[in-house]
Amino acid sequence: MPIIEVENLVKKFGSFVANDHLTFSVEEGEIFGFLGANGAGKTTAMKILCGLSAPTSGKVMIAGFDVYRQAEMIKKRIGYMSQRFSLFEDLSVWENFQFYGGIYGLSSATIKQRTTELLGRLGLESEKNQLLGSLPLGWKQKLAFSVAIIHRPSIVFLDEPTGGVDPITRRQFWEIIYETASQGITVFVTTHYMDEAEYCKRVSIMADGKIVALDTPANLKLKYNAANIEEVFLKIARN
Amino acid sequence: MLPIIFVIPVVQLLVLAFAVTFEIKNINLVIVDQDHSVESRQLASKFTAPPFYHVKAYPVTYLEAEEYLKTGKANQILVIPPRFGNDLQKEKKASVQLISNAIDGSAAAIMNAYGNSIIMDYNQDIIADLTGGLDLKPPFNISYSYWFNAELDYKTYMVPGILVLLVTIIGMFLSSMNVVREKEMGTIEQINVSPVKKYQFVVGKLLPFWFIALFELAFGLLLAHIIFKIPIIGSLWLIFGVASVYLLAVLGIGLFISTLVNTQQQAMFLAWFFAVVFIMMSGLFTPVDSMPEWAQNINVINPIAYFIRMMRMIMLKGSQFQDILKPFFSIVVYAIISLTLAVWRYRKVAA
Repeated sequence: MPIIEVENLVKKFGSFVANDHLTFSVEEGEIFGFLGANGAGKTTAMKILCGLSAPTSGKVMIAGFDVYRQAEMIKKRIGYMSQRFSLFEDLSVWENFQFYGGIYGLSSATIKQRTTELLGRLGLESEKNQLLGSLPLGWKQKLAFSVAIIHRPSIVFLDEPTGGVDPITRRQFWEIIYETASQGITVFVTTHYMDEAEYCKRVSIMADGKIVALDTPANLKLKYNAANIEEVFLKIARN
Repeated sequence: MLPIIFVIPVVQLLVLAFAVTFEIKNINLVIVDQDHSVESRQLASKFTAPPFYHVKAYPVTYLEAEEYLKTGKANQILVIPPRFGNDLQKEKKASVQLISNAIDGSAAAIMNAYGNSIIMDYNQDIIADLTGGLDLKPPFNISYSYWFNAELDYKTYMVPGILVLLVTIIGMFLSSMNVVREKEMGTIEQINVSPVKKYQFVVGKLLPFWFIALFELAFGLLLAHIIFKIPIIGSLWLIFGVASVYLLAVLGIGLFISTLVNTQQQAMFLAWFFAVVFIMMSGLFTPVDSMPEWAQNINVINPIAYFIRMMRMIMLKGSQFQDILKPFFSIVVYAIISLTLAVWRYRKVAA
């Protein structure tokens, strides 16, 4: 059974249709790339999947729960890293982990153990008492990702996690994403870097509120007769 | 935002200009007539004529009259002693007593002057009858007393009210800036995707400010007592009991504002609007009794007015819990409504 099931999802803002009958599904443990130009409706769709925004119509099931009726059940099982950096800059790294761990009802022993583990993976143990606001962007993004999975969610939603981040950090970021997926956590990610799209198991490409392509990167390149996903994207965007 | 910018100043101008007045327009008086003579009735009836005097009751005993003053139902007591008429006829002189609520010292002085001039007026009426126009010496001996603030000290009047302002500003402004700040920073999204309950979120936002404001109140009371020598006649426990409920109401308003708006600027603007209107109409500077009826009715939704009244009653009059039941329960209802609104209006899911 797919972990994300979306059928004919429509989201309107007044007369503007941001999501026009989206239908797709994501398998458990998959890294799913959600691509599209600026304003194509990616963030809107992702916010609906996370329960931050109410859909106008359509069926949305996350981890077996209905987004209309069981939003709070869904929220226990998902992690979310927003496009805007959203940890508390005036708290230390450690305090941010404690705060969000507490919100998800983890015991302080569990929080301590997982924070140590996650910081160890990032190699940021020595920064744990620094204020978050004083750290460079790339580090903050990696921390935001770690905080988003501190409660071991079934799915983690990443909205442009690598925006404005240097190539080395981006590479490291994707290593962490792979590691996370290997633990069975489904990763749903939007990005504007087409090289990153190649790392995904499957990608969808949105234009004007619709999904116009959805397949594995290899099949998409074949279908559009392109050397890489960037070409596929440009071919779709020009039509 | 644009309509707010134009509507708010107009509302402020119209409401405040009409409502806030330094004039003493309504004096609630009780008359203790212990004489029941023709003369005592004549004097009493003199007080029913001027539009700014409202004779609330004619209590039989002086003790009853005191109750009126303590509970704030009256601001002034006129005591006509037994044998008043008799003394006037035989001795050509008599005494009356005028007792004024002097929490607001300047208002008390004015009330006293009013009362005095009415008594002197009566004096002029009878002077000719009594003395045949020969003796022009006024026959009255008026003894005054000022209650609750015998020295007519302005600070005694102001400081309890200013303490109320302190905690109100802390509570209302900090809380109204808070949720909206998270909206501006984007951190609210991270909280909204979590399973945290709405009431948990609101309680989490409320408690720190609640503690801070109560601490400020304790600190302020201490300073008021040490520096200004303001008496605290009533119970400190009662003051803090009332304050803790009051703060829930004010923090509720602040959080409600915060959930309504999208920027700290809008929050600031709305909070200022309510704070200015509430403060000006609260009776901090000008007596609420002198406001027109409709303005006094607006004060039903003014938490500051309730709290200032209770603070002055407890600190200066030594009122007990049973004396402040009505404003206290108004505040309880207020707290319940404003917190419910804040929880209701806080949306985890955008439309």
